[in-house]
Amino acid sequence: MTFRERTAVALGDAHLQEALNIATTRFIELRREAFASFPGGEELRDRARAIKEATLQRLDHYLERLVDQVERRGGRVHYALTADEARDGIVEICRRAGARMAVKTKSMATEEIELNEALSHAGIAPVETDLGEYIIQLAHEKPSHIIAPAIHKTKGQVAELFSRELKRHVAADPEVLTRIARVELREKFLQADVGITGANFAVADTGTVVLVTNEGNGRMVTSLPRVHIAVMGVEKVVPSMSDLVVLLAILAKSATGQKLSVYTTLVQGPRRPGELEGPEEFHLVLLDNGRIRQLAGPLREALYCLRCGACLNVCPVYRQIGGHAYRSTYPGPIGILLTAMLDGPRAVGELAHASSLCGACAEACPVRIDIPRMLIELRQGGVEHKTAPWAERVVFRAFAGLLARPALYRLAAPLARVLQRPFVREGAIRRLPLFLRDWTKTRDLPAVAGRTFSERWPELERER
Amino acid sequence: MSQARPAPVRASLMVTCLGDMLFPEVGVSIVRLLRGLGVSVDFPKGQTCCGLPLLNSGYRAEAAAVARRTTLVFQDAAHVVVPSGSCAWMVKHEYPALIADPALRATAEGLAQRTYELSQFLVGVLGETRFRSAVSGRVTYHDSCHLLRGLGEATSPRTILRNLRGAELVDLPGHDECCGFGGSFAVRLPEVSSAILDKKLANVEASGAGCVVACDAGCLMQMAGGLRRRGSRARALHLAEVLQWEGASTAPMKLEWAAAAPSKPPHSREGDDRGAGEAGARTR
Repeated sequence: MTFRERTAVALGDAHLQEALNIATTRFIELRREAFASFPGGEELRDRARAIKEATLQRLDHYLERLVDQVERRGGRVHYALTADEARDGIVEICRRAGARMAVKTKSMATEEIELNEALSHAGIAPVETDLGEYIIQLAHEKPSHIIAPAIHKTKGQVAELFSRELKRHVAADPEVLTRIARVELREKFLQADVGITGANFAVADTGTVVLVTNEGNGRMVTSLPRVHIAVMGVEKVVPSMSDLVVLLAILAKSATGQKLSVYTTLVQGPRRPGELEGPEEFHLVLLDNGRIRQLAGPLREALYCLRCGACLNVCPVYRQIGGHAYRSTYPGPIGILLTAMLDGPRAVGELAHASSLCGACAEACPVRIDIPRMLIELRQGGVEHKTAPWAERVVFRAFAGLLARPALYRLAAPLARVLQRPFVREGAIRRLPLFLRDWTKTRDLPAVAGRTFSERWPELERER
Repeated sequence: MSQARPAPVRASLMVTCLGDMLFPEVGVSIVRLLRGLGVSVDFPKGQTCCGLPLLNSGYRAEAAAVARRTTLVFQDAAHVVVPSGSCAWMVKHEYPALIADPALRATAEGLAQRTYELSQFLVGVLGETRFRSAVSGRVTYHDSCHLLRGLGEATSPRTILRNLRGAELVDLPGHDECCGFGGSFAVRLPEVSSAILDKKLANVEASGAGCVVACDAGCLMQMAGGLRRRGSRARALHLAEVLQWEGASTAPMKLEWAAAAPSKPPHSREGDDRGAGEAGARTR
């Protein structure tokens, strides 16, 4: 299926439309209220952006410092150049620990490296403990939003899913559903040998890995199993605790409209002598997977991304089609850029056009990533490397030629008037062939005027 | 209103490709409106399109060629008035970056400074905010994306519409949300574009306004096309089409295409002799 075909499927899915509309509208309201009630919001965004840029400028330094600090506290750090390396490394750690089951927090990095598939393949059962991810895992699906993986499901659909799984009727009541998941998961937390988390940030100065959740499952995953593995894209390192404070505040406001998320979990290495809880082993997996290359690449700014999901919520395209239609780990406007970063620009030939360039994403982005500009650059790459369709290139080049020749351009209107004659009714066109057919399927098209402005100008000039 | 000014303000109209071919009435209205306000208006020869469709689809070299020649076409203009926020944004925001030649780039930077979307020119340069309405009843305002987020302009059009004599400005739910046009996006992903449009039009209808005003020909093409297809009674009009200078002596404009919705044909096909209050808008 082409991307366009997938969008048509999504548009025809009534449940998806209902769920998306409710959730994205709510997210937008929450974010708006959070910034409206916090006068320093714009300045905070500037500071967050400056922190990200300063970090990227000395990324090697901060990563080295992070590694040093984690190791000093008894943790182990693994650097993975590729998704394969990360996956294999994590499976190996689990194997050595003799693990049969791994509990997980929500983590886009582990989605990116398709960790669950690898774990299952190795005989280690991955158990998602974030409610949204838990739902997704039961449904054998993939997350469709960066922070709300099950955003595409209505509560009715979740109740159906739970009913089928438990073989009894479950009410479509979020509280009931949450309680069921809580009971199911409590056992798993106690049984699991390994806890696998992502990391929203890691502080270079202190070797602290930071998890932001609203369910508290992050604490269980990092404290109950014997082994804790945190997986993190290299760009998530922050220099200091004071930088962390800024980023935590802007992340919570942008993602869910909160001042801070309900749980902010700070983890520093394995359990130390005298401590009552915490894992025996702590591993930090630093994931490159195409990121470092972009430090000097056209997508550098996408490395600022905090994964808040705000750009998805405001994107008119995402709001209509949801995340699955993108068929990439990261959906939405930033997802297109991240997909190009991870899989190369050719992977987003179609997706680069999945934007009206309305700019709502850049406006909502806490660190002001200029997403539309990079989408245009990706489109440009398609033209320059001739991966854009041949016919399209001919049409646009012909159009460009016309714009450069005013004498020829003046002939366009008379010609169009002749060509449009069979189609015009009451000044408008209801059906056209070729590439304009798709316009007229749902919209009338104004006919080229009987007299263009240019043609009227001479008499208009005399009018005064 | 327009007191005698020391020297007449000069403005050059950049009518844009859509304005020229599809919405000539908008350009005509602007010329008459500006002249009524004492502005001397010219229409530089050789103008075509600003090149934004090329830039947005990834044809940067071609867009740069258009930027170079359009800069030369308008280099002598005292002010450039553009009826579309997106085209104004292209000139103001993108032209300098597209032009490599230092001398021409400097010219483009100067041009960018002197280029205004219509409402910005009316309010910011001329200081004119009070107009007579060419439509009656309620009107609402759609923020075009490039005008709102590209040029940061949300107040000028609203100031004008709020002061409009003979019409009432009402809020549009989701006023800052895209209409789904996006240039080639509307044809590349027509289903998504139409779904976004449906939402916009539902909001227009929910606003209770008989007319949605925008400052961008692209949005108007999209919204008017959708309204017409669904047989809606609401109209999509350019700001210039709803404005009349208080002292206007010329006949009210004829809103050819916008007025000719199948669900409610205008009272008169000729239209030129209609009263201002009836032109194009639903009479409530």
